[in-house]
Amino acid sequence: MSIIMTISISQTLTTYIFTLDHKVIARQFLITGIFWAFMGAAMSIIFRLQLGFPEADMGWLRPILGKWIMVDAAGIGKLDPEFYYALVTMHGTILVFFVLTAGLSGTFSNLLIPLQIGARDMASPLLNAFSYWFFFLAGVTMFLSLFLSTGPFSGGWTAYPPLSAVPAASDGSGAGMTMWIIAMAMFVVSALLGGINYITTVLNMRTKGMGLWRMPLTIWAFFITAIIGVLSFPVLLSGVLLLVFDRGMGTSFYLNELVVGGQIMDRVGGSPILYQHLFWFLGHPEVYIIILPAMGIVSEVLSVHARKPIFGYRAMVFSILAIAFLSFIVWAHHMFMSGVNPFISNFFVIFTLIIAVPSAVKVFNWISTIYGSNFRFTSASLFALGFVSMFISGGLTGIHLGNSAIDIQMHDTYFVVAHFHIVMGVAAFFGMFAGIYQWFPKMFGRFMNETLGKIHFWGTLVGAYMVFWPMHYIGIAGVPRRYYSLDNFDSFKHFVGLNQFITVAAILVFFLQILFIINFFYSIFAGRKMTVKNPWGATTLEWTTPINPGHGNWPGKIPTVQRWAYDYSKGDEEFIPQIVPLGKDEHDHGEGH
Amino acid sequence: MTALIIILCVILISIVLVQIGKVTELTAQIKGEREVLRDSSRWNSVLSIVFVVVFLLAVSISAWKYKNYMLGFGPHAAASAHGNTLDNMFLVTTIITGIVFFLTHIALFFFAYKYRWQENRKAKFLAHDNRLEIWWTVIPAIVMTFLVVRGLNAWNTVMADIMSSDEDYMEIEATGQQFAWIIRYPGPDGKLGARDFRLTTAGNSLGQDFTDRKNWDDPIISQEFYLPVGKKVRVRITAKDVLHNFYLPQFRVKMDAVPGMPTYFVFTPIKTTAEYRQELRKYPEYNEPYDPADPNGPKRWEKFEYELACAELCGKGHYSMRRILKVVSQEEYDAWLATQTSFYLDQVRGSEDDPNKGKVLDIEVPLRAKEFSDNVTKAIESSTAADKTLPLAHVMYETGSAKLATDSRYELDNLVTAMNTYPKMVVQVAGHTDNTGDAAANQALSQQRAAAVVQYLTERGISSSRLRAIGYGDTKPLAANDTEENRMKNRRTEFTIVSQ
Repeated sequence: MSIIMTISISQTLTTYIFTLDHKVIARQFLITGIFWAFMGAAMSIIFRLQLGFPEADMGWLRPILGKWIMVDAAGIGKLDPEFYYALVTMHGTILVFFVLTAGLSGTFSNLLIPLQIGARDMASPLLNAFSYWFFFLAGVTMFLSLFLSTGPFSGGWTAYPPLSAVPAASDGSGAGMTMWIIAMAMFVVSALLGGINYITTVLNMRTKGMGLWRMPLTIWAFFITAIIGVLSFPVLLSGVLLLVFDRGMGTSFYLNELVVGGQIMDRVGGSPILYQHLFWFLGHPEVYIIILPAMGIVSEVLSVHARKPIFGYRAMVFSILAIAFLSFIVWAHHMFMSGVNPFISNFFVIFTLIIAVPSAVKVFNWISTIYGSNFRFTSASLFALGFVSMFISGGLTGIHLGNSAIDIQMHDTYFVVAHFHIVMGVAAFFGMFAGIYQWFPKMFGRFMNETLGKIHFWGTLVGAYMVFWPMHYIGIAGVPRRYYSLDNFDSFKHFVGLNQFITVAAILVFFLQILFIINFFYSIFAGRKMTVKNPWGATTLEWTTPINPGHGNWPGKIPTVQRWAYDYSKGDEEFIPQIVPLGKDEHDHGEGH
Repeated sequence: MTALIIILCVILISIVLVQIGKVTELTAQIKGEREVLRDSSRWNSVLSIVFVVVFLLAVSISAWKYKNYMLGFGPHAAASAHGNTLDNMFLVTTIITGIVFFLTHIALFFFAYKYRWQENRKAKFLAHDNRLEIWWTVIPAIVMTFLVVRGLNAWNTVMADIMSSDEDYMEIEATGQQFAWIIRYPGPDGKLGARDFRLTTAGNSLGQDFTDRKNWDDPIISQEFYLPVGKKVRVRITAKDVLHNFYLPQFRVKMDAVPGMPTYFVFTPIKTTAEYRQELRKYPEYNEPYDPADPNGPKRWEKFEYELACAELCGKGHYSMRRILKVVSQEEYDAWLATQTSFYLDQVRGSEDDPNKGKVLDIEVPLRAKEFSDNVTKAIESSTAADKTLPLAHVMYETGSAKLATDSRYELDNLVTAMNTYPKMVVQVAGHTDNTGDAAANQALSQQRAAAVVQYLTERGISSSRLRAIGYGDTKPLAANDTEENRMKNRRTEFTIVSQ
């Protein structure tokens, strides 16, 4: 009996925990990502309460937050400013790295690369598993830092020194920052192991007939994303490493002429701006690491549900390539007002605004994909539609901010907060949701509930705009971001109404995401079962696998690819899968362009 | 208890939602897949249209409602010379992106509605269209070029430093520290003194190097700082501890303060605080009471001030780094500046932090001369006998001798001037010592020292008939000779106006 138990436990462990199967690893990334998304969102609700209702009693949070709620003489509980900044910092770090990088790219690159290119698994399933476990450990470390008596790191997700380098400058810059660094180092290892694997797999393990120009746009997006990640994450790691030296070994890479709290520090010769260059050399490509996979997913989902080929397949690929290239030469647009030579900014303005061109091409191509289609409204396709809307709304304000002259006023105001939340926060989430609703059947053999999915979509679309749109107005009025309280300034304190509105909308959106989480976990166990292999009528290879594919994906031989991925409504067929050979007079629209 | 109720509510709502899910799944099974698609198509295509209409209306209405927040409009007009250029660029960019925003959103949701799934519809096989794609590559490229050229023009003008030293500008310095701004002005010499962070002490928070004479006249502003309207100002922005950002919202001025690397922002205020208030007065929201608890108190526009804020996260007090800037006419500015005194002379001179301790600074000579002549005038006008005796506080001798220290000449020259100003004045110079050592020797030394002063004066043309020298030794102490400080007080030279 006990032997059987042991075997079954060890089987469970190898199947679901220490697995090498890319599909299970994808699910691990996804569920871990959902956990972090919940944490990050909950944190944002707490600091939004502070911003929207600064007078309100937060004493009810004492059971969770303990000493971080300061109770005054009148018995009113207030959020400690130090912890407010810790929440803001953790929210940013978690959402950018743990959710929208690992949760998005980790999930769908893992799930779809082998399935859509016709491979049995990743090039190195072991490294792939390591990739997840390093991410997991990074998460555990970051999570534990929340319980430090000095609090987690509180100097902003960008961790600019000297604030992040000098423990005397901020409580969170002590042990909190040390744990932040350890977590981020492990995260970078995870991203690199994953990225190298994705690149190798795409380059070497495509099935017969799967030329580069026959790859679905999802694969193109994951592939280019992985290349960006492999080229830029090491720079962050080196930047953080120098920070470690400055913190622990008395070096002065980033430190110069400091007097902190009246104490003269024996550090000269470094430059805090050097860190900013190294950070944003990852930091800017990072936003494309986040948005490109979402773009790939949206292209695929839109095309499948429009029953129409993606418009301008090659233009879509070239614009991904152009965006990826440009993403490496625009980083200093985050630093226009940081004291870098204003002359240098000229180049960064030019390259930044050039990005608008491939981005515009992508938007027009998505809209053209819907034009003349037979558009099926599913939760997935609705989120893809919402993605395009968000990408337009948030992308256009990038044209304001990329122009350094306007950035003088807009830099570090709520206008920036509105911009990046819409364009890479909400939009990337929408891409992720589209992907989850679309490939949930492939992951779990069941469907998510469509009615709840649609409530989730419409509520989140409206709610997200209610949260972030008013921030444009607050930002234009000059209110700086990262203010615990706006009451000290006559210029900033008259936005109580808008701030309350935003907070209420944020709470609404938060509850809608709980609806999603309920739908997600309920559907894993009790969702409608998948009865056919290809429920969406898609052309790509993942839908040729059995309903519950085992490790290795295809029971027999790996299918051969005969055509590009977007033969929808061609001739008399509603769709022609990639495994169907080309007809006599037919030409391939990907390769034979 | 509240928590429990909330948890129960969440559980209840979850159950309801799951049930809704189940019911819809069941009805879907009964209806069949096609019927479900048709339903979904009908509902969601209508919702798409409703959404895009409501959304675009909400955007338009809210933009109208908050138009007064917009740059360049209404109360948020720029108060600096370069600000209007930036506001204008913001407006042009908003109009261009606004058009794109409206058109793409209408197209996106209208197409989704128009081409919603229908059983008998067949989608077009439309893989690409080179001509279209070239158009929508080229047009954005042209628009971007337009915006880039405009933007860089403005940027390079705004960020240009002072071009030549004969340009008329003033320089001030703002230093960020956790969590306040230290504002330093250059003083009458128009130049900011050198700093070295290693010199920082509690009494010298900026680490000013007081061997640099440019520092001697620099005031550090403790309250509001002032700028004259219409005068170009270069702000030298520095930080002591972490990054800060010098942000003046109404002036469209923003620049990081970086430890160890001064940054600069050059701008010209064009509206005084009073003028800005008058403009705000036109807007109803600024006619609300400043303090809602006091409805009859001053209005918001009356209390308006330009504010300096920090716009780079610098720690837990980041949100509180406020300073008021007053922009005033040149005359008001000059009057204000005259009340600002040198930080060095007020706070540091003679203290432990003063590297020039014991030396006379040339800037002090005229100040002391003025003080001396004022004191003499006062003594002459006074009728009280006690007021007729004045100290020669800066007259010093070499230790144990009657030889005058070199720096004594400044004060003695002041006395010469006074003797010449009041030609009838007769004075008696008195030497005093403390009680250390032999009383007779002290008496002799004090006598010799008084004589040395008289000799100095006669050498400078004052008739010896108007001068007397007397030595009191230790007989007339000002304080008990119990501490070194008191003994120092007692070792002194005085003069008394005998007749005038």
